[in-house]
Amino acid sequence: MSETANTFDGAIIDLRGVAKAYGAKQVLRDATLAVRRGEVLVIMGGSGSGKSVTLRHMLGLEHPDAGEVFAFGEEISRYSERELASVRMKFGMLFQSGGLFDSMTVFENVAFPLREHSDTAEDELARRVEEALAMVQLPGSGQLMPVDLSGGMRKRVGLARAIVHHPQVILYDEPTTGLDPITADKINELIVDLQHRLEVTSIVVTHDIQSAFYVGDRIAFLRDGVFEWTGTMDEARRNAPATLREFLVTSNVASAQPIEAGERR
Amino acid sequence: MTIEGRAEALFAYVGGLAALAAETLRESFRRPFETRIFLTQCDQIGVRSLSIVLVTALFIGMVLALQTAYALADFGGKLFIGKVVSLSLVRELAPVLMALMVGGRVGAGMTAEIGTMKVTEQIDALRAMATSPVRKLVVPKVLATTAMLPLLTIIACVVGIAGGMLIAVSNLNLSSNFYMRSVISTLKYNDIASGVGKSFFFGFAIALIACFNGLRTSGGADGVGRATTQTVVTSAISVLVIDFFLTKLFLMVA
Repeated sequence: MSETANTFDGAIIDLRGVAKAYGAKQVLRDATLAVRRGEVLVIMGGSGSGKSVTLRHMLGLEHPDAGEVFAFGEEISRYSERELASVRMKFGMLFQSGGLFDSMTVFENVAFPLREHSDTAEDELARRVEEALAMVQLPGSGQLMPVDLSGGMRKRVGLARAIVHHPQVILYDEPTTGLDPITADKINELIVDLQHRLEVTSIVVTHDIQSAFYVGDRIAFLRDGVFEWTGTMDEARRNAPATLREFLVTSNVASAQPIEAGERR
Repeated sequence: MTIEGRAEALFAYVGGLAALAAETLRESFRRPFETRIFLTQCDQIGVRSLSIVLVTALFIGMVLALQTAYALADFGGKLFIGKVVSLSLVRELAPVLMALMVGGRVGAGMTAEIGTMKVTEQIDALRAMATSPVRKLVVPKVLATTAMLPLLTIIACVVGIAGGMLIAVSNLNLSSNFYMRSVISTLKYNDIASGVGKSFFFGFAIALIACFNGLRTSGGADGVGRATTQTVVTSAISVLVIDFFLTKLFLMVA
């Protein structure tokens, strides 16, 4: 893939002791998190625990008050918008509401990253856009306007736009929130499917536990601005800390029985 | 909010505006220039403001003629109508009134557009795709307004003076020839330069304030509404304050 592949301790993105406050509200305190190349990492936590803010730090959309953010081996937390451009090109981000430009058609939306940053010829452009739309199972929808789309379709177009320039990392901000269960399942399947086909690294922010266990390889649990626990899905089922356990139990992912002494190790 | 808090917020606002102005100027010189967006904006801001500009200017010119004749009746004021109408229009009324009218129409629209993009994550999406919102949105709007407002002001001057003539001829029994000669002999290059010169600054300020308020919008539809209102108020006040200082400056220079 890229020449900068594993230069940084095998982590493709690395947050170290990140702190961020908005006014009097301390959202992140001492968030430390390493994302490994090729995995699907799920960031979980309650509403307002700073999950989306964490994601925004990875892209340089927010600058931390303290701590460091490494992306592809570069420390980006003090970068200017211009310096961030080349790093951001390696990312694709799906926004919670899709983030589609509603003055543009679906085609123009998906073509946007290519038009902005490459001299792709029109026929090649059309092919790439159609390919991306086919991947999210919306082939031939290029001429629609975003206002004509349902919530699930908007997210899928947003996803097509996030992958059209072949990013190495895809960030998902609450991909299933606000969708009916069937559409949410479809999005989950898409995430897994894209993961296999594009060989990317994915970071999924969610509080939808079903979705987390369907798509995730590892889970990072954010509480009070700190990543309290990180581990594989299996570990999460078996010996998650009490706070995460409480989170999981409510959706029957882990059993409600207290962990017995013999089971612990 | 405490006095200190409000003062701090005011400084932060002015500082933010200055930073955006600097970035806008910097981004203006960066390729590729968004020609298509710029022309669309010129159409939106300039061409589509023509109707309100024409109506406003025509009626202001007519009212000026009537009021001048009334106010100066004792001094044989009819003879000064061309002089008063053209001077006050060109030096003051056309630039300021056009800035207020266009600022209300165009500025509110800009803030609503950018503010909606902000609260629906479209601005973040631009940044996430390594595209500068300033280059894509702010620069075309600021440049188009700075270019269009002086043109609209010139049109307003012409139409306003014609409005004055309409009244001078129909109500006050002056000949159009006399009126026009008095207009032409009154207006100096200086007057036109100061009037049109002001409108460049007004255009820049209006668009900058509108874009700035749009970019700092937060909190959904409610926030967009508040930002839009603030744009109308702030841009109107700014136009009047800037007008005072520019007038002083131009009088000193001239």
